[in-house]
Amino acid sequence: MGQALRKAKEGTSAAGGARGKLEYNAANEELLNSVVKYVENIKDPEEQKLIFKKPIKWESSLQPSDFNDDAYEKSGVELVSKERTADDQPLLRVRPRGEKYEVSAMTIEQIQMVLRMAGDKKLAETRACCEATDDPYSDMLGDAFAIVPGNVEGGEYDKSRYRLMEEIMKGGPEEEVAEKKTTLKLLDHLFRFDNELLNRRLQIMEKTIRLNPSEVEDDVHKLMKYCGEDDEKCLLEELNFMPEFSTRFSNGCRAPPWRQVHGDICYLEAKAHDVDPYIYITGSTSGYYINGGVDKETQSLNFDKQGEMHKDLISLLKEKSPKFAEIVDKLEFVSHHDLKESGIIDTTADLDATPRDGEMTNREQTQVKSQQQKEETKQEKTQKTQKKQQQKLEPSLKWRNLGLEEQKEQHEKKDKPEKSRTPIKRKTQQRRNKTPLDAEDSFSESSTESEEEEETPDRRNEPNSDLPSEYWQIQKLVKYLKGGNQTATIIALCAMRDFNLTQETCQLAIRDVGGLEVLINLLDTEDIKCKIGSLKILKEISGNSQIRRAIADLGGLQTMVNILQDPNKELKCLAAGTIANVAKFRRARRTVRQHGGIKRLVGLLDCAPLGTVMSSQQEEDVEVARCGALALWSCSKSTKNKQAMRKAGVIPLLAQLLKSPHENMCIPVVGTLQECASEPSYRLAIRTEGMVEDLVKNLNSENQELQMHCASAIFKCAEDKETRDLVRQYGGLDPLVKLLQSTENKELLAAATGAIWKCAISDENVLRFQELKTTDYLVALLNDQPEEVLVNVVGALGECAKDPPNRMAIRKAGGIPPLVNLLTGTNQKLLVNVTKAVGQCAEESDNMAIIDKLDGVRLLWSLLKNPNPEVQASAAWAICPCIENAKDAGEMVRSFVGGLELIVSLLKSEDKEVLASVCAAIANIAKDEENLAVITDHGVVPMLAKLTETVDDRLRQHLAEAIARCCSWGNNRVAFGTANAVAPLVKYLKSKQVAVHRSTAKALFQLSKDPDNCITMHNAGVVKCLIEMVGSDDTVLQEAAAGCIGNIRRLALANEKAKHT
Amino acid sequence: MSKVTMTKKEIQALSERLSHSTAYNKYEVEVLLKSYFHEKNKYKMDRAVFREIISNHFGLRDDLLMDRVFRTFDKDNDSFLNMEEFVNGMHILTRASMEQKKSYCFKVYDLNGDGIISREEMFQLLKPTLLKSSGEEDPDEGIKELVEIVLKKLDMDHDSKVSLEDFVSCLDREPLLLECLGPILPDHTHITRFEEKMFGQSC
Repeated sequence: MGQALRKAKEGTSAAGGARGKLEYNAANEELLNSVVKYVENIKDPEEQKLIFKKPIKWESSLQPSDFNDDAYEKSGVELVSKERTADDQPLLRVRPRGEKYEVSAMTIEQIQMVLRMAGDKKLAETRACCEATDDPYSDMLGDAFAIVPGNVEGGEYDKSRYRLMEEIMKGGPEEEVAEKKTTLKLLDHLFRFDNELLNRRLQIMEKTIRLNPSEVEDDVHKLMKYCGEDDEKCLLEELNFMPEFSTRFSNGCRAPPWRQVHGDICYLEAKAHDVDPYIYITGSTSGYYINGGVDKETQSLNFDKQGEMHKDLISLLKEKSPKFAEIVDKLEFVSHHDLKESGIIDTTADLDATPRDGEMTNREQTQVKSQQQKEETKQEKTQKTQKKQQQKLEPSLKWRNLGLEEQKEQHEKKDKPEKSRTPIKRKTQQRRNKTPLDAEDSFSESSTESEEEEETPDRRNEPNSDLPSEYWQIQKLVKYLKGGNQTATIIALCAMRDFNLTQETCQLAIRDVGGLEVLINLLDTEDIKCKIGSLKILKEISGNSQIRRAIADLGGLQTMVNILQDPNKELKCLAAGTIANVAKFRRARRTVRQHGGIKRLVGLLDCAPLGTVMSSQQEEDVEVARCGALALWSCSKSTKNKQAMRKAGVIPLLAQLLKSPHENMCIPVVGTLQECASEPSYRLAIRTEGMVEDLVKNLNSENQELQMHCASAIFKCAEDKETRDLVRQYGGLDPLVKLLQSTENKELLAAATGAIWKCAISDENVLRFQELKTTDYLVALLNDQPEEVLVNVVGALGECAKDPPNRMAIRKAGGIPPLVNLLTGTNQKLLVNVTKAVGQCAEESDNMAIIDKLDGVRLLWSLLKNPNPEVQASAAWAICPCIENAKDAGEMVRSFVGGLELIVSLLKSEDKEVLASVCAAIANIAKDEENLAVITDHGVVPMLAKLTETVDDRLRQHLAEAIARCCSWGNNRVAFGTANAVAPLVKYLKSKQVAVHRSTAKALFQLSKDPDNCITMHNAGVVKCLIEMVGSDDTVLQEAAAGCIGNIRRLALANEKAKHT
Repeated sequence: MSKVTMTKKEIQALSERLSHSTAYNKYEVEVLLKSYFHEKNKYKMDRAVFREIISNHFGLRDDLLMDRVFRTFDKDNDSFLNMEEFVNGMHILTRASMEQKKSYCFKVYDLNGDGIISREEMFQLLKPTLLKSSGEEDPDEGIKELVEIVLKKLDMDHDSKVSLEDFVSCLDREPLLLECLGPILPDHTHITRFEEKMFGQSC
């Protein structure tokens, strides 16, 4: 309670320091009550009896006569307690001091007595006691425990308790140790109480509001902006500080000093639309209230409060003026621009954007600073350091956003109509727009799109004193841009290009002085030279991501899209080139689309057919087309843009340009195609427009970048079978294999391997790959490659291994060990591919031996635990051939601890693929009798039975297979029957797939060995279907069907016989 | 002011000659010659008339510069533009090749005609380009700095003066600086309008 008391007493005494009074207010009442309760509740006898080092004295209203207890006796004029300390000091002493008495107590027990004696006057006593004690801790427990304000961050803190503990541990005479222990206990107790008190005080304090002058100023200025004649859009007709009280004093108040003492800060007069006379408002430290208004006769302000205290100006005005309330609610999302247009807000709109920039930043900075201060004070409080007054920040205007202190962007923002948020709110909106969920960009399995930049822009760095000279020189040049005429502008623009504009310092130099606004404004002028000069600069500096965002924010993209229509070709090229640089983030791409940029860019692509020799006119046109393609490439990363481009007819134009012999023309074209090929409509168009041929042709070019993009495009397009055939027809497979040798260029390698992977889905392609000994190259790549490459390499191997000779080739090239090794990885896509590859390889028994030796099957099995269903299914599929082809398969399977249980448990999965694969695996496992017994124990029968209702053919096929195999153990047949698995199986015979019939027939045959099942089957009408199948071409099916019918018939015959005997 | 009289034959011969030395064809030269006469009723064209034509058709109004332009066109330095000089001048303004434009600009900017553009001349020319900056610093300072910047760009051989070779080779690298010391060529829109007006169709 020492600290709490101190806080409470701070500032209340003219003498300073902690010796002060406790004011009569709610918080202190609370405090005193707590203290009383606490003291009364100290029940521990040791604590009660601990003798203080120094007596606690205070002036009491009690008299000796009040102490009518036996424990006390008179001793002269004083009253003393009978109990005494070791050196014969009474534990309680009541001494007369003037008119009142001074009580001095030496134990808590005595204090408790006093309180008891005081009865109703407890509170007053406590108050007196608290006021008198400077530092209760040092009095009670000794100076070692005095309250010392320490610098906690600096590492100082109160080590007294620690010291005390050390002393206790050191030992010593028993009494002393006991005393010390009690001291420690009491100290602890007190500390905790103190904490609690402080916390409670905090809570009480938080409820009271104190305004300060700068807040009030801000609020009023903000509101002033939204005043005007228009009673639809403006909150008030007018709002000003009262003219008599409009001078600001140094403390920020506008109220005269003799009113400041009362807490007044300023006086406002407000005229609302629907309330006729002026509303006179006082802003004070405790809130806003309506005052008495101007007296008609004396023309002086009546300061009295009339009405309630409001926490903020808005709520007061809302109460007074319904119209205000109505508009304020609507006004949440009013655009700054709209208000500007209706002439309400006066903004300076000239070339020199600095004043506005400065003003905004200053205001933002003061807001940020005041917010920061508020954050700091909150923290300070919880650390129990100074600050009695808490400044509670209550946003007094709806749109002052809490996210303000997170604002890092200090850029000036030009307001555009489509952005209908107030400037401040817009910033947070933008930030929200940047949050992850990217519904726009779609990914296909073979997409090599990487997530583009979405970093939050950095806070503008504080200018440090050692900026390079270029910084200042550039700033000077920007000054010429702003303050010079056209001639000076051109000179400055040309001079600026001499600097290395790819350097960040130079780029930021331009931005910091508002150079970006000037450059963009120049684009709106008529002067072609200025536009060209400006665009050249913008193009170079837009390599920096912050600058890009700034350009987009300033509306630069819209201007550049307009320039795309200009007849001047150089301008078009530059504009397109700059758009290509700026449109590297999502918002910019959207902006380009929203302003019709996509259509115009596509229009740029339309130039005459290209030959190797062209006139200068044609060359210019080609350059324009190339820049257009570059811009479209950047823009095409957004799905909506891809669609817009297609609608604008980009595909035939791209097809035409693709035929160009010039590499630098082809690169952006193929880049765009590759980007767009994630859309099926594009893939179709690429095929139908005959672009596959050109893509293949360009695979042979010398330029690696071009090769990479072509390979990527083929990678994506080869999802479709016809494209795969086309690639082969045009001889595309050979160059792809050749690219496998460019191991230094990882991106190229990834693209080429990806293309090979997808092309290998077609068997004819696999043949060709075989001829080219592709598997050898692929196996060589299994080591030391980044994951993107590995995924594709393994995928390719998996597809190639569908063909038996390739399986051998892989083994001979030593591919099995690295593949098995990869089973231990964590990359999901890689795992899916590896399991597939291993599974395919395992079809060959020689391979299987190697796999087994390397423990591959166990690794596959453990992949069944992987959370990804794709991996699970893939592993299960791979396990099937392993079991089929391994020596001692049964042993092997049994050797996996928990393996069988695991695989049976996967039957609970919801994924159809997983279920199908697991059934297939189980069918294989069940070939071994012991294993079948084990899985039966694990409950495989009911689980399989549960699945029989499915309509998925693939699942049906494998399920029936599994059931067929499982029937050969014990009474599984009967169990299946009881589990109602039989009837649904009959329905499978209606499926269209022969494979389903085959396995179903097998299952039914096995099941029919049990008479009950025969009956069920017969009732389900199986005989008719089976009879048809007896005549099928598939021998297995024939036999099974016949066998089944035979069993049914035999039962029927036996039945007949039994009936008749 | 001496009247100019020319016979039809002389005019024909003149237009024939001019159509070879300029980018105009015979018809166009004749149109221009007609307008020459039309402007001043067979008197020789003097400065004021020329200035008016330039101002009306091309929007170029700066005193110092247009004066220089006149003098550049006035090859025989008689303060009048005869027909040939006039047609050549129009050619330079509207249809010149890049090389011709470069040398024209150089000649115009070379105020004293000594084949060198000096600092002082540049200072003169750049004086009106900076808007008065509320007296925060000596405006001349700003212009001097600007002169230094231009000099650095144009002075290819680093002899603190700009010769024709310097100018031409700088412009090869940076064509935007063609009118770096003041606007003395009409822009594309004006040229198109002029041509349409004169010759009836855009060429």
